[in-house]
Amino acid sequence: MAEALLAIRDLHAWYGESHILHGMTFDVNPGEVVTLLGRNGAGKTTTMRAIMGMMAKRKGSVRYEGHELIRLKSNRIARYGLAYCPEERGIFASLNVRENLMLPPKVKDGGLPLEQIYRLFPNLMERGASQGTKLSGGEQQMLAIARILRTGAKLLLLDEPTEGLAPVIVQQIGSTIRMLREQGFTVLLVEQNFRFAATVADRHYVVEHGQVIDMIPNAAIEANREKLKAYLGV
Amino acid sequence: MFDLIGVPPQALFGQLLLGLINGAFYALLSLGLAVIFGLMNVINFTHGAQYMMGAFCSYMLLTYFGIPYWGALVLVPIIVGATGIIIERLFISRLYHLDHLYGLLLTFGLALIIEGMFRKQFGSSGLPYTNPIPGGTNLGFMFLPYYRAWVVVSSLVVCLGTWFMIEKTQLGSYLRAATERPDLVQAFGINVPRMITLTYGFGVGLAALAGVLAAPIYSVNPIMGANLIIVVFAVVVIGGMGSILGSIITGFGLGVIEGLTKVFYPEASNTVIFIIMAIVLMLRPQGLFGTPK
Repeated sequence: MAEALLAIRDLHAWYGESHILHGMTFDVNPGEVVTLLGRNGAGKTTTMRAIMGMMAKRKGSVRYEGHELIRLKSNRIARYGLAYCPEERGIFASLNVRENLMLPPKVKDGGLPLEQIYRLFPNLMERGASQGTKLSGGEQQMLAIARILRTGAKLLLLDEPTEGLAPVIVQQIGSTIRMLREQGFTVLLVEQNFRFAATVADRHYVVEHGQVIDMIPNAAIEANREKLKAYLGV
Repeated sequence: MFDLIGVPPQALFGQLLLGLINGAFYALLSLGLAVIFGLMNVINFTHGAQYMMGAFCSYMLLTYFGIPYWGALVLVPIIVGATGIIIERLFISRLYHLDHLYGLLLTFGLALIIEGMFRKQFGSSGLPYTNPIPGGTNLGFMFLPYYRAWVVVSSLVVCLGTWFMIEKTQLGSYLRAATERPDLVQAFGINVPRMITLTYGFGVGLAALAGVLAAPIYSVNPIMGANLIIVVFAVVVIGGMGSILGSIITGFGLGVIEGLTKVFYPEASNTVIFIIMAIVLMLRPQGLFGTPK
């Protein structure tokens, strides 16, 4: 079988002296939506940051479309077509909504055209001149996702996009992720909420102590419900 | 009317013009400091020395290579800006993970070294630089030397151009965003370390440009920057560290206030800026245009 779109092998990462990732190994295939599930502090966000080259110290292997990324700086990694939407959303207070939206440079052809983005998120057009951080939490999350759709990146790393948001917004984000999958994007999603994850994902990796301890296809999620509950401590 | 307040118009407008000239230099220099501090969180104490280098560089271009003022105006910011880029790469870039204080100490030390080298080479008595636009015009209420008008106008244009670039362009949005979250901006595919280096070079280039403008007005001497930079830091504190528009408005405004003080109460003209600084620090510690941290 050919190599996956994103192949992570024995990935280690450190914050200062503390060793957070202890050999993460997993694959993401083209067009898939894959989640990393796990408790707080399991290393999910660190995995995202390590893939993007945002950790000062990391080792192992991160291969994307066959290119080894482990030794590249994050600006070079982004140019291969990976884009990161951080948990805290990263909306810039000194930029207005439009500037926030237009900030990430185009890295590849084939990003969503601006008109389509505005059709998906009409609020962003209406509030274009507002300061980015004046938007509601849900709108900020939409903006954080919208701005990486323009760039031509094909692999989106979404870190807890539903955290702290009202159910109706969570549903909207769910349908956005399903739409992205239909459009051919590949999504790696960090989630705490496996009920939400089950509505959008193809497969789930369970992360604990900086390692992948299990993989559950979405079709088998019902059969594994008890096991998942034990993993996630819910 | 002017006789009523006991000040002849010649003196009033003359000092106003001098105030605007000083303000033009305050604005250019504090703008460079603001640009550097905003992105790098480094208080660039070498700024005064780099202004002095600008003046000396135009003197040397003229004396050794016969390149006139107008050539220097373009070349000097590039040459001195390039030395800034080297300094940033060699020294300052190694300090970003440390407290601000280290950057301040380093740049202060560099300023002393640079000024010492120029004093050894050129002495400290000062060198003349010929005024490229001699003459002036009588406006009726005052005599306006052309060169001084040129300094005020060109400084204003450069300041507003810089403001426009930072606040209204895509490049400026990278700079502003990198001020907040450099890691995230880099993860979007932007080479942030290179942008920081170029920004430092640009700020230094602004200081050097001020030096070129200053050469025909003040004599070119190794401590010209050290004298000026103290006032410029007061301007930066009043305007608010890192505020672009704040540094421009405060620079020109304080120059004018200083000029007016020379007319109405000359004894206070050297201290008025520091008195304003003390008052601003008491009432609004983040500066007039700064945002509280």
